[in-house]
Amino acid sequence: MTRRLLAFTTAFAATVSVLLLGETPARAQSPAKKAAPAGKSWTPPRTPDGTPDLQGIWTDATLTPLERPKGLGAKEFYTEEEFAKLSARVRQGEVGEEADLGAAREQTLRYDLSLYGFDITKARFASSRRTSLVVGPEGVVPPMLPEARKRNAERTAKNKGHEFDSYENRPLSERCILMNQERIPMLPGANDNNLLQIVQGPGYVTLLHEIDHDTRVIPTDGRSHVPQNIRLYQGDSVGHWEGDTLVVDTTNFTNLTAFRGSGEKLHLVERFTRTAEDTVTYRFTVEDPTTWDRPWTAEVPMTKTQGPVYEWACHEGNSMISTILNGARVTEAQGAEKAGK
Amino acid sequence: MIVWTALAGLGSLAAMLAVAQAPAYRAPRTADAKPNLNGIWQALNTADWDLQGHAAAQGPVLSLGAAFSVPPGLGVVEGEEIPYQPAAATKKKENQANWAKLDPEVKCYLPGVPRATYLPYPFQIIQSQKLIMISYEFAGAVRTINMEAPTKAPADSWMGWSNGHWEGESLVVDVTSQNDQTWFDRAGDFHSDALHVVERYTPRSADTLTYEATIEDSKTFSRPWKISMPLYRHVEKDARMLEYKCVEFSEELLYGHLRKKPSNP
Repeated sequence: MTRRLLAFTTAFAATVSVLLLGETPARAQSPAKKAAPAGKSWTPPRTPDGTPDLQGIWTDATLTPLERPKGLGAKEFYTEEEFAKLSARVRQGEVGEEADLGAAREQTLRYDLSLYGFDITKARFASSRRTSLVVGPEGVVPPMLPEARKRNAERTAKNKGHEFDSYENRPLSERCILMNQERIPMLPGANDNNLLQIVQGPGYVTLLHEIDHDTRVIPTDGRSHVPQNIRLYQGDSVGHWEGDTLVVDTTNFTNLTAFRGSGEKLHLVERFTRTAEDTVTYRFTVEDPTTWDRPWTAEVPMTKTQGPVYEWACHEGNSMISTILNGARVTEAQGAEKAGK
Repeated sequence: MIVWTALAGLGSLAAMLAVAQAPAYRAPRTADAKPNLNGIWQALNTADWDLQGHAAAQGPVLSLGAAFSVPPGLGVVEGEEIPYQPAAATKKKENQANWAKLDPEVKCYLPGVPRATYLPYPFQIIQSQKLIMISYEFAGAVRTINMEAPTKAPADSWMGWSNGHWEGESLVVDVTSQNDQTWFDRAGDFHSDALHVVERYTPRSADTLTYEATIEDSKTFSRPWKISMPLYRHVEKDARMLEYKCVEFSEELLYGHLRKKPSNP
């Protein structure tokens, strides 16, 4: 029965990946081959019930930019020599658009960023030697469709002049409803050393983001999505195993989730593969026919790191919203007073 | 000689009693031979309204009438009484009188332990080898229970720091380092940051667990006390927890007074 279920799941998985990703299995396999040292095969560890073991605490911090610098054309990977030189240049503070410095970039107001663990000499590029996280010859996110630009511009325009009217006018991240770093797909940054803890139980894989304790408990039994009328900020994630890879399919997003301007038709497929003892390769493909004319894919190696994973109680300590709104009301009152004089 | 015989007799009597008291149910095992507690569970009682026995009462929102009034319950405290110290007993009464305003549940704050267990929402146990994760639907709360050598909390937190071990069929979890912001129920039962909770999750049938929590807090209570209740498995096909990001349901209460007032013409 287990074998039949497995066979069914595998067949189902293969069909889903071909249908949804538009990728042939051969193409889908290629990143894993590239990540493994040539001529060596590496078998990932297994949990006691025999599934590939992805467990641990992982970080996706990387300097590799999402999109490829223009000068690099179709070059998808640096050579080892180029990669070593680039890494050395970064450590000396000489960086161009080959590196996305995130919060460590030069700012007018200078914090001591080392206090926050933002140390440029310790920051590193994705070990895959990719020139950009977006894969493929183009290496960039496809241009946004006109209807999506219009949709997003209208939303911005609607809020313009009302940004401080109420909590409803503030971004989801300020309200601790959906922090930027807990959004899926997971887009890494150079310094937001966001921890992801993976825990596996029979039939489930759990992904815990340290940021805002966001937890996805993903069933891996091949079940279907919840009904379409149930819309969720983080969408509805269901998973299955394809060989050693965990494939997670997510739909049912809200129209407020907006990943890089996407709408509620956003469809996300994430693939997690343990490619080395200290590496889980995370590869995602997003598609949304109301936002981009084609699906696009990015890949980032996640590196094993140390805990503890702290409790990130965002809402409980949120004095930002009340301070911002209170400030706006005080400013209005002062304005009214002046006008009255 | 007679004494020894008597002692031996007592010993075997004790052994017999121990056998009689031992859980009759042996849970299925995980692949690493531990009792299998994996599943989606929920309490089916009124403990979140009041840990102690209580009659039905008018709810706090008159417009919701019978739909949101207080359901009656026999209570889950062993021996009925919560042994507050005198000053703490006064504070509990104040909390109870103002619960809608003060209760952290109303504000969508992380619920703490043990309250997370008997909130009227499901939670899921995901059992790994070195740790066990409990993911709660309410507020997306989560705990990671360390099953290796006990470790110390790096800081106090809302959900506390959990070290667990197995005692026969029972998962025993020692919870420390909770802050003093969470409550036990909507009746204003509270604690300080000296709270120490020992939980026991014991399988009692394929689809039920017995949940026990011993509560100790030298700043609030005069002695340790204990709650106990069954937990029920969600047996429906494809049962799952959904998102209950309740922040947005609490914002009007927390920030509504800071809205921009309609401007005068």
